[in-house]
Amino acid sequence: MTRKLVDIAKTIRSKNAGVDKITFDVIFQTEDEYKLVRDSGALTRETVADLYGISQNRITDFVAFDPAYAIKFSILRDRPSGSAGDPDIFGAQQYAPLMDIEVPSR
Amino acid sequence: MMRNSHSLFGGCWPLTLECEEPGERLGEYHFEKAAMKPVTMICPNGHLGFAPLKVESFHLGVAANPDYVAADSGSDDVGPVPLATDTSASPKNWQEHDLEEMLLAARKLGVPMIIGSAGDTGTNSRVDMYVEMIRAIAKRHGLAPFKLGYFYSEVDKDLIRKKIQSGDAIEGLDGRDPLDETELDASDHIVAMAGADPFLHLLEGGADVIIGGRSSDSAIFASAAIHNGYPKDKAYMLGKLLECASFCAEPYGGKETVMGTISPDGIDITAMHPDQRCTVASVAGHAMYERANPFHEYVAGGLLDMTNCHYEQRNEKTTRVTGPKFIPAKQMRVKLEGAGKVGERFVGIAGIRDPHTIAHVDQVMDWAKAEVLRKFGETGYELHYSVYGRDGILGAMEPKRDTPAHELCIVVQGVAPTSELAEELALTGTRQLFYARLPNVKGTAGGVSFPFDEVMRASPACRWTINHTMAVADGLELFPTHMIDIGA
Repeated sequence: MTRKLVDIAKTIRSKNAGVDKITFDVIFQTEDEYKLVRDSGALTRETVADLYGISQNRITDFVAFDPAYAIKFSILRDRPSGSAGDPDIFGAQQYAPLMDIEVPSR
Repeated sequence: MMRNSHSLFGGCWPLTLECEEPGERLGEYHFEKAAMKPVTMICPNGHLGFAPLKVESFHLGVAANPDYVAADSGSDDVGPVPLATDTSASPKNWQEHDLEEMLLAARKLGVPMIIGSAGDTGTNSRVDMYVEMIRAIAKRHGLAPFKLGYFYSEVDKDLIRKKIQSGDAIEGLDGRDPLDETELDASDHIVAMAGADPFLHLLEGGADVIIGGRSSDSAIFASAAIHNGYPKDKAYMLGKLLECASFCAEPYGGKETVMGTISPDGIDITAMHPDQRCTVASVAGHAMYERANPFHEYVAGGLLDMTNCHYEQRNEKTTRVTGPKFIPAKQMRVKLEGAGKVGERFVGIAGIRDPHTIAHVDQVMDWAKAEVLRKFGETGYELHYSVYGRDGILGAMEPKRDTPAHELCIVVQGVAPTSELAEELALTGTRQLFYARLPNVKGTAGGVSFPFDEVMRASPACRWTINHTMAVADGLELFPTHMIDIGA
């Protein structure tokens, strides 16, 4: 049995972190949901790199942030925000593929 | 989430940090708990000017008699165009609306008003513009005389060039190489990111209103707390929590006022809107917003370490934060932001509905690119295609690019040194999509749809040239301060 991340997380978002990075936040309502995903192996540096088709060294940070029940990671952009051809100046829509991640139930 | 728009330090500064000995810390801040009185400040807007503040919660905040009224007005989220072309991303009347609300409230309360990163970019022209707005508002309302302090943040290219030539590296952030003279020359405007020092200097000089050049969001608020004797740990944490106004509250809703209170017991953050609350989840969630890492915030002169922060619900609308630590840098470095114009830009739009053409859209674009290549050569311009309905938003990171939608929109951008060239370039790159010679296509009367048969002038193409740090002697070095009397 699996559930999609979009059905578990309260918030899934992406946003610029400076001009060269986009940061992603996945935030849960409860500690149980947070730990379920955190410990599931479904949302890791490896799975994110695979999903977005990027090398792991473009993921500069990947942390579990207990006080907010959040998993957070950041990706280096392939060009600075707002350069001609950058389709997402704020980095605000880059999170969508995360929603379909299948999380195994315990 | 675009309204909240001031990521400052997404990356890791290559700072050399030292941990202070506990004894030194006590020596610096040898205050008796009882002697420290709480200080409150309100923030009505996370990016002043970008969208107007909401007056109801602001007036509730004013009614709570804060000691300071402060807001940040800057952002690098708006892209490189405003800095490169020295313009604002926001209409003047939105900026003036918020300045007017804040100035009238602050003068009525008789407390300082502090603004950082004037006019989105914090360039000298934006500081001057805000100073003139304050002067005009004061005159219009016949306000009693007050002292206006302001400081600039723009950095002269020659100063940076001398540093590069003398071997004093301008170190890159977020994986960038050290700055070289080529990238320096490609920059049209460069601003330095102020910490608390210039604000503090002006507060100590008796400023009633401060208009700051580019500055760290948290430093705007931290300066007021430091001015009242609080240590940097708590002061910068207060700033970190307040900087985005109601983004640290729930339910979601921007541009509402929040109040922060710093006391020996911690930092209390309270939502002013009747329907919003600052909860442990919302405040902790905000601590990680718009930065690469939730534990660290770099500012001129050091690092705010939030690793051991504790969040506690005090009442329905208020959360208390304790446990932040400020780790001073061994070497004082400030962040530099620079942007430069790349060229003039025109944009074209085309649509595709034929499934065969959709399946071979790369061939269609290759045809147009080849026509551009034939006409304009290989270099001296930029031509960009975004294919909406396939991978227009994520580009190469799109996992579903092999399953495009039933209709596609192609946005074409042509960038060239002159307007004439950019227009012709974009028009060639757009119109040749129509003539693409695609084998086996049924429709032979035109390969794409056009919503209009023209290309449109867009803002110049610009890019972030500088995201670096530079060593300075002290936190005032790049930020000349001025004090003037208004209404005298």
